[in-house]
Amino acid sequence: MIDLFSSIFMLSGIIFFLAGSIGLLRLPDLYSRLHALTKADNLGLGLLLVGLALHMQQPLFALKLLLIWLAVLAAGSASAHLIAQHARRQEADQ
Amino acid sequence: MNIISLYLVDILLVISLLSLAWASLTTADARRSVILFMAFGLVLALVWARLLAPDVALAEAAIGAGLSGALLLAAIGEQPGSSINVNTDHSEDVQDSNRSVVVTWTITGLCAALAIILAWTLLQTFDNVNNKATAQAVSENLTDSGVSNPVTAVLLNFRAYDTLLELAVLLSAVLGIFSLGGIRSPYQLAGPVFDGLARWLVPVLMLTAGYLLWVGAHAPGGAFQAGATLAAAAVVLRLAGHHNIGLPQGKSLHIIMTIGVGLFLLVGLSMLALGRSFLDYPPALAGTLILVIETAAMISIAATLVLAFLGGRPQMQKHKPC
Amino acid sequence: MSEVLFVCVGGLMLSLLLGLVRVLRGPEAGDRMLAIQLIGTTGVGLLMLLSLLLNMSALIDVALILALLAAVAAAAFTGQQREPEND
Repeated sequence: MIDLFSSIFMLSGIIFFLAGSIGLLRLPDLYSRLHALTKADNLGLGLLLVGLALHMQQPLFALKLLLIWLAVLAAGSASAHLIAQHARRQEADQ
Repeated sequence: MNIISLYLVDILLVISLLSLAWASLTTADARRSVILFMAFGLVLALVWARLLAPDVALAEAAIGAGLSGALLLAAIGEQPGSSINVNTDHSEDVQDSNRSVVVTWTITGLCAALAIILAWTLLQTFDNVNNKATAQAVSENLTDSGVSNPVTAVLLNFRAYDTLLELAVLLSAVLGIFSLGGIRSPYQLAGPVFDGLARWLVPVLMLTAGYLLWVGAHAPGGAFQAGATLAAAAVVLRLAGHHNIGLPQGKSLHIIMTIGVGLFLLVGLSMLALGRSFLDYPPALAGTLILVIETAAMISIAATLVLAFLGGRPQMQKHKPC
Repeated sequence: MSEVLFVCVGGLMLSLLLGLVRVLRGPEAGDRMLAIQLIGTTGVGLLMLLSLLLNMSALIDVALILALLAAVAAAAFTGQQREPEND
């Protein structure tokens, strides 16, 4: 039973992940690619981690997974802003 | 199916490594090659994890992914598309090009020699691949070593002398950095986004450094990884515009730099005073001694990396406001 | 169960490849930095999966370090301006 839930979460996580990564290649502009990366990929990672947490031997590991996901979210959103700001600065200089 | 997918993963990782390394070396733009080098470090950390070497993967993730990129970018400077040599004197161009050809060929020769030596060593190990003598010796003596992580036991107990010499090498590296002069000019105070990032990232990095130091006794971790993480915290703080990043001046700085080697030597010599040989810990005290040495080593390693990022000696600033 | 894990590993490796293409191609520096974020996140996912597959819980710590240090890399890249030199 746990296997079924875990598989559903993990596979949907991978689908979102791949959607974001394909968006990275296909979308026309840096700014739209940033959207794809920070939204789709982080959501995919979260679903993947939920699926994995169901399999962990100790609850401490599941807590670690949650912490890592939160760190990726916070760092990812800040990094996306910084990258976009940097790109704007470059455009303004040219 | 398992074997096939593992082979596929391996092949993909190798392709990524090689293409990233090639691209990083052949781009003209210095900033671009540093970014590619950062990606290379990330993939390399995955490779170490795949090779079942979590200690090395930790070190690679801490140093290769974040720190070396920051170091190189700081060294290159902030100009976009800046190249390494800004030589604009054309009269010396012919002489320079001759000299640079010699330099290029010398470096190529040295790299080729290194590659040949490494390949020969690798072939030697293929003959001994079933020789488990070292692993057996380590596992037999693990309980006497004071820690339960075999990597830490080897680094800090069985081969402690090697680690002592490594720390001495780091100290001489810091002296080399000091010879470069004053530190680079500080960064502007961070905007709201970076400020918000630094506010939680720096404390989390420091906590993680302490965690890695503690967990190194029974799981992958240890002084080197903890020191690199601590240095990363200082780098973020500096990038956010903090001028001193908590590094003291003068005497205290010298104490921080030398405490790694110093404490190690102190412990080793006190073993001599106790009637044992140099760096031969009594099994009862071994765990505590290792923790003490690792803490000191973490501080020194972090200081070395931070000074490398700063680019020189803290007291004298390159451009003093008058 | 292990089949699902392997499919996920395959998916993440594919994502890694896509990020690789972007890193090597990306016309601007921002695109490459973006791809590094992707490689970092993919690496975190891969390390989690590997920790389950290879039964090695230390890889979770490696994933934590990777996530944090990828943020440091992005911070270092976006080149906070140096203070203007006073003359």
